[in-house]
Amino acid sequence: MIKRVISFMVLLGFAFIFGKMLINWLPMSELNGVARAYVEREPQELGAVNVVTAIVVTYRGLDTLGEVSVLFLAATGVALLLRRRKNSTQNKENKRPASEFLKTGSSLLMPFIVMFGVYIFINGHLSPGGGFQGGAVIASAMLLMLLTFPDYRLNHTVLGWVESASGVSYVLVGVLGLLLAGGFLDNRILPLGTYGAILSAGAIPLIYVFIGLKVGAELAGVLENLKQEQ
Amino acid sequence: MTIVLGIGFLLMLIGFWGLLTRRNMIKMVLSIAIAESGLQLAMIAIGYINGRTAPILNSETLKLHGALKVVDPVPQALVLTAIVIGVAVNALMLTFVIRLYQQKKSLDISDYRDMKW
Repeated sequence: MIKRVISFMVLLGFAFIFGKMLINWLPMSELNGVARAYVEREPQELGAVNVVTAIVVTYRGLDTLGEVSVLFLAATGVALLLRRRKNSTQNKENKRPASEFLKTGSSLLMPFIVMFGVYIFINGHLSPGGGFQGGAVIASAMLLMLLTFPDYRLNHTVLGWVESASGVSYVLVGVLGLLLAGGFLDNRILPLGTYGAILSAGAIPLIYVFIGLKVGAELAGVLENLKQEQ
Repeated sequence: MTIVLGIGFLLMLIGFWGLLTRRNMIKMVLSIAIAESGLQLAMIAIGYINGRTAPILNSETLKLHGALKVVDPVPQALVLTAIVIGVAVNALMLTFVIRLYQQKKSLDISDYRDMKW
């Protein structure tokens, strides 16, 4: 009982703080300094149509590297904690096979979902989207396969190689920026190209392809590991 | 946008409430996820400027006068980061829950007193 009262008091405190923030909040009416500099200088400097992409990949590219590392550490942690044991294949026979509709439908849809994921991360510098979103879409295709075919095994070796190779290439592109252009993860190692064309914005599409492959492989690995456990 | 900010705060409160009162560990993980979504919504709402468009400079006018026409791109980039890290942390927490369940066959947090003084 006393615990309930304490939690209620804590919540009330949070509600008070949030209420005060909400009442005193003035919506922004124009961009502040940093955002203004990003929006104004980005088309000339980096040549990406999507400013968010330019910030994520180049201006704050080091953050994205950290983010990818966090994702990698989490995926590794999941794999380590859910390591497959010998007796995990005992209750295989009580699994009901998927229906014909689900099987046909997901085999039909899976290549298109993967293609859409690739589309999202290749167009990350032109439209809303990017490596993480495209990778998540690709992982959702893998989830569809895992749900439809209970015995389906993703190839861990391939997943591991895709993940490691794309991660290493991402860092290598970053180091190339240090050597050939202004700094770590600078996208101007490749020509900027026509503004708005698919092969533009220097190394941003390249970096997003690597991020997309890495995230897709990592999330698919997490799903696979979680599935192994039931 | 005050409404969106309010909804974000409300979701955070719901998440905290779930975290404080639920005992089922899966529900606690979900509460953290709900609080996270609330926080992300609040961040996006703070970066919004009334009547402006998304920070995608896909026309000549936007390219030249973008700073007068688009919303703040920085919170959006930060929320992108926050979402990914949130997913990673949630997956890891659910893995811990699975391992704990395998050890003791219980999802109730009050059954786990090993680390309590």
